[in-house]
Amino acid sequence: MVENVKELLKLHEGIKHEVYLDNENSCIVPQEVVDAMLPYFNKTAYGNPTLTHKPGWEAFEVIMNSFKKISKYIGAKNLEEVTFTPSETEANNQAIMGSCFAQKSRGKKIVISEIEPINVLQVAEMMQKYGFTTQKIPVNNEGFVNLEKLKEAVDSETILVSISAVNNEVGTIQPIKEAVDIVKAKNPHALFHTDASDAYGRIPLNVQNLNVDLATLSSYKIQGPRGMGAMYLKSGINMERILEGQIGTQKLWPGVENTPLIVGFTKASELAFENFEANTTKMRTLRDKLVDGIFAELDDLRFNGPKGDKRSPDNANVSILRAEGEALTIELSLNGVYISSGSACSRRLLQPSHVLVAIGRHYSEAHGSILMKVTRAHIEEDITYVLKVLPAAVNRIRGIVGSTGVD
Amino acid sequence: MSRMPLPYNPKIMDLFRNPKNLGKMEDATVVAVAGNPACGDMITFYLKISDKDIIEKAQFESYGCAANIATSSIVTEMIKCMSLEAAWKDITWKRVVEEIGGLPDVKFHCGVLAVGALKRAIRQYFTQRNVEAPSWLPKEHTFEEKQALEEEELAKTLSKRLKPEAEKKS
Repeated sequence: MVENVKELLKLHEGIKHEVYLDNENSCIVPQEVVDAMLPYFNKTAYGNPTLTHKPGWEAFEVIMNSFKKISKYIGAKNLEEVTFTPSETEANNQAIMGSCFAQKSRGKKIVISEIEPINVLQVAEMMQKYGFTTQKIPVNNEGFVNLEKLKEAVDSETILVSISAVNNEVGTIQPIKEAVDIVKAKNPHALFHTDASDAYGRIPLNVQNLNVDLATLSSYKIQGPRGMGAMYLKSGINMERILEGQIGTQKLWPGVENTPLIVGFTKASELAFENFEANTTKMRTLRDKLVDGIFAELDDLRFNGPKGDKRSPDNANVSILRAEGEALTIELSLNGVYISSGSACSRRLLQPSHVLVAIGRHYSEAHGSILMKVTRAHIEEDITYVLKVLPAAVNRIRGIVGSTGVD
Repeated sequence: MSRMPLPYNPKIMDLFRNPKNLGKMEDATVVAVAGNPACGDMITFYLKISDKDIIEKAQFESYGCAANIATSSIVTEMIKCMSLEAAWKDITWKRVVEEIGGLPDVKFHCGVLAVGALKRAIRQYFTQRNVEAPSWLPKEHTFEEKQALEEEELAKTLSKRLKPEAEKKS
């Protein structure tokens, strides 16, 4: 199978323009972030920050500065409220499992939205094996959580509520403050966790103003290195560590801190927050140009998620009817445009994106969906190129579909 | 998201980029459909069959992934000039997978569905003309036909599971 990949890559030779829009699943790390990381592999601060020697103290200093910066960007009270984790997946696992194990004497109920990312959804479902129950709150057709249902669901048994600040697939900005108030009014002991991986660096986010107890951050989603994330935990909240090992500078994550990646994440955060308004305005402008262009060029489309200021500025999600998503991603790849799709296309599972199904999309609409996220690094020419390539790709795939499957 | 890494081989990629025998056939003797867009997988076969039960022409349309398109395309090539009996007996999903140079495991069902559509077309050819089925045509459904039926049943369930909100879509 690996030999096939070589051949597949050969088919891409001669591509003149490449546009990476699959920032949901990975990212291009900007050169200045890479440059910021490089000295920490072998020039300085390569020590273990808990040890008593120069490289260790250097690492300690660098990591403490990173704690300071990240906690400032999210409005945490102090830097001890932040834990660096190897990606947002670990942060979400720690937040959910750790809360449940620490709070189990209070109750056994977890409440999440039905459009949580897989690393929240599956962790919450997995906790059922340990005697916890999970209730999923429905969303409307723009992905907004039903706050009435949330209010009904939270009871004296509820120990944790987890709702993403921004949905990773359809960009819905949830009314987190309102949701927290509702939850705390029903049960002041219930913890509130928000996966802010898609909010951090794209919408204003202040954990104290929102009054959340836990939050998850992701490095690659703001063009930092992959394999790095963070968890915010409000001071004074009881939490159990889910990983055991040598405890270093952090109480909740054992192991040797990955200084270069922490520096990269911090640098990416600096770049995102230095010119926050300009960055997000740019993303919104490029995203709107992309979406408007697609709708001007093609018929039979559905726009997935909310429009306007209740949508994250980077997110574009469109269902292309009479076309299947996987075929589209390949066709676009051969033309240098890299996106992902909510199509299922796997034997016997046949499950398309649970988010699109939850917002009421038909399965065929979900199979034909494409997800694109712009970054501050994109330029207008990138979008112009996508708008040249995408309609041609859709028309070719629709040509193969013909009248098949048309209701 | 499509999360499975799918290292398609060059033959699949070639048929995906340049499908053979693509498109609706106006003078088809028989048209058969298998699969459902709800499963992300649907094929239409058009066959032109001679008086002597020979497949003179075969064409297809496909709603599906690259593997679906490529397997449908290769089936139309494999059955050309075959008798219906030979097509029925020789074309199995395993042979299709072999002919295409292998499929990723999660894509075997594409080969199965393509053959399911073909078998359905052959069966239909006899029922629609109201003639007695030949002795080589079994009464029971083959594996591929059963799989196609199963997928279509699943599509019905999937549609039923859709929430009332679906009707409010923009």
